[in-house]
Amino acid sequence: MTLNKETLMKYKSVIGLIVFSAIIAIINPRFLYTSNILNVLRQTSINSIIAAGMTFVILTGGIDLSVGSTLALSGAIAASLIALGMNAFLVIIIAILVGALIGAFNGVVISKGKVQPFIATLAAMTLVRGYTLVYTDGKPISTGYEQNAEIFSKIGAGYFLGIPIPIYIMAAVFIIAYYILKHTRLGRYVYALGGNEDATKLSGINTDKIKIYVYAISGALAALSGLIITSRLSSAQPQAGSGYELDAIAAVVLGGTSLAGGVGSVLGTIIGALIIGILNNALNLMDVSSYYQLLAKGLVILIAVLLDRKENK
Amino acid sequence: MDKPILEMKGITKQFPGVKALDNVDFRVIEGKVMALLGENGAGKSTLMKILTGVYTKTKGEIYFEGESVEFKDTKESQDKKIAIIHQELNLIKELTIAENIFLGREPINSLRKIDKGKLYKESEKLLKKLGVDEKLNTLVKDLSIGKQQMVEIAKALSLDAKVIIMDEPTDALTDKETESLFKVIKELRKEGRSIVYISHRLKEIFEICDYATVLRDGQFIKEERVKNLTEEKIVELMVGRKLTEQFPRIKGKTGEISLEVKNLENEYLNNINFKLNKGEILGVSGLMGAGRTELAKTLYGAIKKDNGDIFLEGEKVDIKSPKEAILKGISYVSEDRKRDGLILGMSVEENMSISALKNFTKSLSKIDTKKEADVSNKYVDDMSIRTPSIKQLVKNLSGGNQQKVSIAKSLMTEPKILILDEPTRGVDVGAKKEIYDLINRFKKEGMSIIMISSEIPEIIGMSDRVLVMHEGRITGEFLGEKVTQEKIMRCAVGIEEVRL
Repeated sequence: MTLNKETLMKYKSVIGLIVFSAIIAIINPRFLYTSNILNVLRQTSINSIIAAGMTFVILTGGIDLSVGSTLALSGAIAASLIALGMNAFLVIIIAILVGALIGAFNGVVISKGKVQPFIATLAAMTLVRGYTLVYTDGKPISTGYEQNAEIFSKIGAGYFLGIPIPIYIMAAVFIIAYYILKHTRLGRYVYALGGNEDATKLSGINTDKIKIYVYAISGALAALSGLIITSRLSSAQPQAGSGYELDAIAAVVLGGTSLAGGVGSVLGTIIGALIIGILNNALNLMDVSSYYQLLAKGLVILIAVLLDRKENK
Repeated sequence: MDKPILEMKGITKQFPGVKALDNVDFRVIEGKVMALLGENGAGKSTLMKILTGVYTKTKGEIYFEGESVEFKDTKESQDKKIAIIHQELNLIKELTIAENIFLGREPINSLRKIDKGKLYKESEKLLKKLGVDEKLNTLVKDLSIGKQQMVEIAKALSLDAKVIIMDEPTDALTDKETESLFKVIKELRKEGRSIVYISHRLKEIFEICDYATVLRDGQFIKEERVKNLTEEKIVELMVGRKLTEQFPRIKGKTGEISLEVKNLENEYLNNINFKLNKGEILGVSGLMGAGRTELAKTLYGAIKKDNGDIFLEGEKVDIKSPKEAILKGISYVSEDRKRDGLILGMSVEENMSISALKNFTKSLSKIDTKKEADVSNKYVDDMSIRTPSIKQLVKNLSGGNQQKVSIAKSLMTEPKILILDEPTRGVDVGAKKEIYDLINRFKKEGMSIIMISSEIPEIIGMSDRVLVMHEGRITGEFLGEKVTQEKIMRCAVGIEEVRL
């Protein structure tokens, strides 16, 4: 393969990720320890799973601000049901359904109610957070110490073949998301809808249904992240997931998906999420205070997006 | 005495993968109207975008008033008094006429407040000169396209532009508006200003232009005085080959009734009744806003009907969405490819298959990409769509080829009734003929075709039967062989009603 400009463009985010990791590894060799890499991946799983759902939404030209709140509510419901002694698998299904329903509700408000996605999901974000606080009475809910809690804790804290379970979940989510977007009708329609909604509608596609689907996917994946966090901590925090929507959007945008819709991929998103995750990890390794970490994160996002814009001109 | 104010020499523009312009020369003579002609994709717009600093050229020189110039953006070309009026007008719809004219150059007083008095006085002078009778505080969105065009010209005049480029200015104008535009152009010419006039309508070239420059496939073909040219000659220069008969109407026997519409009514339509046969081309004529597109979209389920019945092959149907229409065998090709016809950022193949994706789905709802590609390639060959591959993004194709992709998309749904809305709008002469041939082929295969068009010659030349609409009603119905331009116009403006 010749290393011409077009190939470089195509893989610029991958190249960026590798160069970035190499620099960090040189500064601090501890970065490359297996334990550290697994740690980065596990930490990234939460954001990247939310970001995978966000990719669907942004590809249609929408946005979902309610994911952080959905994560909290699903986690709280899961924790309380576990504490009541319900079967862990049943709880997982219920929690994901709750997330999907919140998302579908967003989709209905946006498509049938013709409300802008930003406003609709902003309202949902506030509503769902409010309900989470009511539901939890503002206090953490512990999953308890029964056998089902033990099983439930495996999702976030368990290992298989020495690798944390959340990494497997993340991988599965991305493989399925990739498959849907790349190989199915739904995926094709998602890109079409983001590319030109009027034309998609006139092509005989039920665009309302597609919108409901993508927000439901986003909600379901936010709930899945909520399960991982709740499971890992063995308790649900009423304020869990605050601000996570922004990290997810950042990962999607860093991955090269256009906020205007129609252009982008879930592979870009995982790279975007990894860049954010690695940056956090590197700054931790270097003992940089969390205040400066935010500064650095903001700068990286800004620079990456500016570079992207320049190249697209 | 014919001295060039502007000269572009040896202009080359290389885009990734395509050479849009190859060593093109173009001159603008002072105080003359210069036609810039060529098929879609010939490079006219690219050349003008280089001139006005939107694109940077790969090679070549530009001389303005004898001086070598290079514009980095539109502002710099404006400063040199070169103004461009784009086809899709560049006005802010929510601002007033006066505000639009001086947008970005508002006169201000010493407190940096916009000097409304001066703004309105200056604007008034300009509008008066152009003979536009509108209040200056009218919002642009409330103006007709023709008036909006005048606002753009006023804007160019306010810059005191020496060269004014007009890109397809009459495309959306009524005949009367075109007339007043021409009056203004002649006025501007008298003042010694130069006009670059880009148009597909050859008649206009003879009416208004002094010189014509023809481009083909990114290359300079010829510059000639218009008086030495004929319509035939121009077409020949543009396509590089002689055109045979423009409208190859084929005689065909029309079959049984495929569609019957009874008393169809909604917001846009009033008591619509007509029948359509198998193997028939039904032309629908009328002025802009007569309800033709709305009729098509109502049949297609994209606009709700309030009253009336639609029968498909004798069976009453209730179509509530385009999806249902496609399932029932009705397909619609939009009048506006860019707005609601195609998804420009997707590939040729993805656009073609989108309405018929169900036919390409395997288990696990996986799209059978091999089958999709095979069928798409078949359509590309069959309709001679010129594209490097089916993976090419549709936005990179010329207008004619985009239109063919649009039609292919409909064909993939295997329609019994095909509704074509302005099938040759913005399409160059060569591709037009190809599209007519395709439509005739569909007819021969027994498809029922409704063809909406604003080009009356096209309606007359192609249709077996013609419907004319006026204010949401059908005011005329004629046999294709017997109809004349005058008969159609009388019904279109509503002074006469004729039904078969």
